[in-house]
Amino acid sequence: MTVAAPAVRFRAVTRHFGPVKAVDGVDLEIAPGEFFSMLGPSGSGKTTCLRLIAGFDQPSAGEIEIFGVPSAGVPPYARAVNTVFQDYALFPHMNVLDNVAYGLMVRGVGKRERHARAAEALALVKLGQHGERRPVQLSGGQRQRVALARALVNQPRVLLLDEPLGALDLKLREEMQVELKALQRKLGTAFVFVTHDQGEALSMSDRVAVFNEGRIVQVGPPEEIYERPRTDFVARFVGGSNVLPAAVARGIGGPDAPCSLRPEAIVLLTGPAPEGHAALTAMIEDAQYHGAARRLLVTVEGADLRLAVSIPAAEGGGFGPGQTVTLGIPLAALWAMEAA
Amino acid sequence: MRSDRASRPLKLAALGGLLFLHVPLLFVFLYAFTTEEKSYQFPPPGLTLKWFGVAFARQDIWDAIGLSLKVAALATSVALVLGTLIAAALARRQFFGREAVSLLVILPIALPGIVTGIALRAAFNLLEIDYGLLTIILGHATFCIVVVYNNAVARFRRLSGSLVEASMDLGADGFQTFRYVILPNIATALLAGGMLAFALSFDEVIVTTFTAGQQSTLPIWMLSELVRPRQRPVTNVVAVFVILVTFLPILAAYYLTRDESQHK
Amino acid sequence: MSSAAALPAPRGGLLRGLSDFLLRRPGAYLALLLVPPLLWLGIIYLGSLFALLTNSFFSIDEFSGTIDYTLTLSSYGQLLQLANFDIVIRTVLMAAAVTLASAVIAFPIAYYAARYAKGRMKAVFYLAVMMPLWSSYLVKVYAWKLILAKEGIVSWVADTLGVTVVLDGVLALPVIGGPSLSTSYIGTFLVFTYVWLPYMILPLQASLERVPGSLVEASEDLGAHPRQTFRHVILPLALPGMIAGSIFTFSLSLGDYIIPQIVGGSNLFIGQAVLIQQGTAGNIPLAAAFTVVPVAIMGLYLWGAKRTGAFDAL
Repeated sequence: MTVAAPAVRFRAVTRHFGPVKAVDGVDLEIAPGEFFSMLGPSGSGKTTCLRLIAGFDQPSAGEIEIFGVPSAGVPPYARAVNTVFQDYALFPHMNVLDNVAYGLMVRGVGKRERHARAAEALALVKLGQHGERRPVQLSGGQRQRVALARALVNQPRVLLLDEPLGALDLKLREEMQVELKALQRKLGTAFVFVTHDQGEALSMSDRVAVFNEGRIVQVGPPEEIYERPRTDFVARFVGGSNVLPAAVARGIGGPDAPCSLRPEAIVLLTGPAPEGHAALTAMIEDAQYHGAARRLLVTVEGADLRLAVSIPAAEGGGFGPGQTVTLGIPLAALWAMEAA
Repeated sequence: MRSDRASRPLKLAALGGLLFLHVPLLFVFLYAFTTEEKSYQFPPPGLTLKWFGVAFARQDIWDAIGLSLKVAALATSVALVLGTLIAAALARRQFFGREAVSLLVILPIALPGIVTGIALRAAFNLLEIDYGLLTIILGHATFCIVVVYNNAVARFRRLSGSLVEASMDLGADGFQTFRYVILPNIATALLAGGMLAFALSFDEVIVTTFTAGQQSTLPIWMLSELVRPRQRPVTNVVAVFVILVTFLPILAAYYLTRDESQHK
Repeated sequence: MSSAAALPAPRGGLLRGLSDFLLRRPGAYLALLLVPPLLWLGIIYLGSLFALLTNSFFSIDEFSGTIDYTLTLSSYGQLLQLANFDIVIRTVLMAAAVTLASAVIAFPIAYYAARYAKGRMKAVFYLAVMMPLWSSYLVKVYAWKLILAKEGIVSWVADTLGVTVVLDGVLALPVIGGPSLSTSYIGTFLVFTYVWLPYMILPLQASLERVPGSLVEASEDLGAHPRQTFRHVILPLALPGMIAGSIFTFSLSLGDYIIPQIVGGSNLFIGQAVLIQQGTAGNIPLAAAFTVVPVAIMGLYLWGAKRTGAFDAL
């Protein structure tokens, strides 16, 4: 094993189920100790990739290495990775402590020692006092922590998390995001985190891979994904950005390429357009109040183009459907993307 | 129907149906105490306990019970193994011929018992196998498999697939996963299936008529008493015994599997 | 993790190796699961059925009484002789009548249990159906022998109520009547219905359980009279369950030879004919041909039932 070996490496990995290509020629490297997210809509192949790493599924073509070791033919129980399942998959017939100690038990660790280590792992996820309970007696958030402790007690070199926060309510989810990130920093284990929530992916990850239809469309740090989307899909899915067709972008003096334009970059004009801005006249279709911000959905006159505009809530309380407004588009905020 | 209360005719019809199912069995109990042994006179001219003593002293009854217990135990053991294997194979996996296998499993109870019986007899004749314990068990195990299969497959389906994956993910190989995760989760279903199979075998008469030689299982003994009655109340005593013996495993099987309906 | 103690290596050995092998080859794993049961069912059961089928194409030598092993359709030809064909018709009619009666009696029980029985009551209903289903077949038949006997309970009740005339009138009916209930087809019909009824209730109840209460409410909300709701909503949705139940009641009635032997008239049913042909008459080919009849009927029935989706209700 070389020092530079990535924690996980995909080489042209494809997995098809009959004619359906769930994963289609994915190349990927995940560094040791990295918090790596796989982001995409359901059915985009991200969960299949996770299952390929865990060994529950085998690639139809291509190969996967874990810390430089080819994983073809290595069963799940012989891989140095552990998984936190979406439905937690806690063993219903065991109490919490035995659930956490399971991996140690099947490796033949004595009862006293494995229970001590399991208790330690439970303390790590702040569930120290619940060891005797059955999984059904726990709340969703607590089960999530048990699943986490059960995986971590085996000291995996890569921890796989399959939408682990999906079943939690908003407040708990935000708490767990902070905790997971802190835990990852403390342990230095590589985390591979599958999610369809772009906010979650952006806020927690060192790097994000955006999946669509079995392929990785873009991979990079969160800022890059958000500010410099490579394609139309990334712009819409990750940032909720507007996409201007090449003709429109060129027409207002921008690049001759489809451009992404974030809703909060657009300003409303009352006078002539300032330096570096293009002006567009548009009609408001809907105005929504979102607390801190106000979101306007507008149709640009003379073009078949709808845009979302986000303005501070304090401005423009009087807007309503049917009104005409002038939009100021800062040309510097136009980000040229690859043609679809 | 508008409220959560049933209409009176519906209630009466349901109650009537249930009475129809249960009242006849009560008469079996009553006739075990009658003093009349030559006919089925009602009401019984008098009541007595002597038939219990008579039945107790009859060696042929004890022999029949012994054979039935032996057959049921062995047939159930075979059915437990085979039924569980099929359930494990069919529960989740899709493969070519899956439908055919599931049809093959139900066929022994979907086809009339006499078909199974005479088919086995024809085969035993062809192969010149002597009738006896073995031939009875071969027949019984064949139709008991489906009972075990039905119980096991329901539980296998309820057992979340990710539990097995979780176990392997945590370092357990296939055999450890079976021992520590699958078996504890399907044990009660297997116990229930085994009990029902036992009850089914203990009671079976149609197939057994064709596969038994000179030996009598308890149902065969009863059948001959029904066709050519000797001491009628003795048959009732045995019938009462059979009702009680089958009642217990069925009740137990119910309690072992009732969580299933509650969890859904 | 604060304890940096290394984990022991996973266990090795033969089992681990076998587990590795089976995981790498799902086909081998599946084969390991399926081969023993398929050997059993395939060889013992299907083999026997095949032996039976083959026998039906042989014939019996009338003089020596031995089986003539040349292939012929003569046994099937004999089936069409009046006496034998009668047996087939009688059995099919009986099975149909029993199925119909079971459906009618079962419906209120199943409907009540599925829709109104809650909690404890539901358990009681379930057990009340399961117990008779699983309790001894012979005991159940025997109970009716007691009830229907000439000197038995029904006669006594009729006598006590002063309606013996009615009972005699019923028994005097042509074909279905007889010297007493226990030697008439009415008796056979009653016992069949009684014994197979639970097999109709359970699938019917299962399919009714799957009809959400909101559908009934929606139908009522849209202005349907309860009778219309029943006719247009509940009945169509309960049909697969009813068909699933009828598979049992029909099949079990077709092949039974004990009930008509103990309670019933002197004319035979298919099951009895099979027994006699293979036993006292020693005509195995004709017995085999007789058993092919219920198998063929059930084959058609199952094929039809599959198209209605009844198997999901089993």
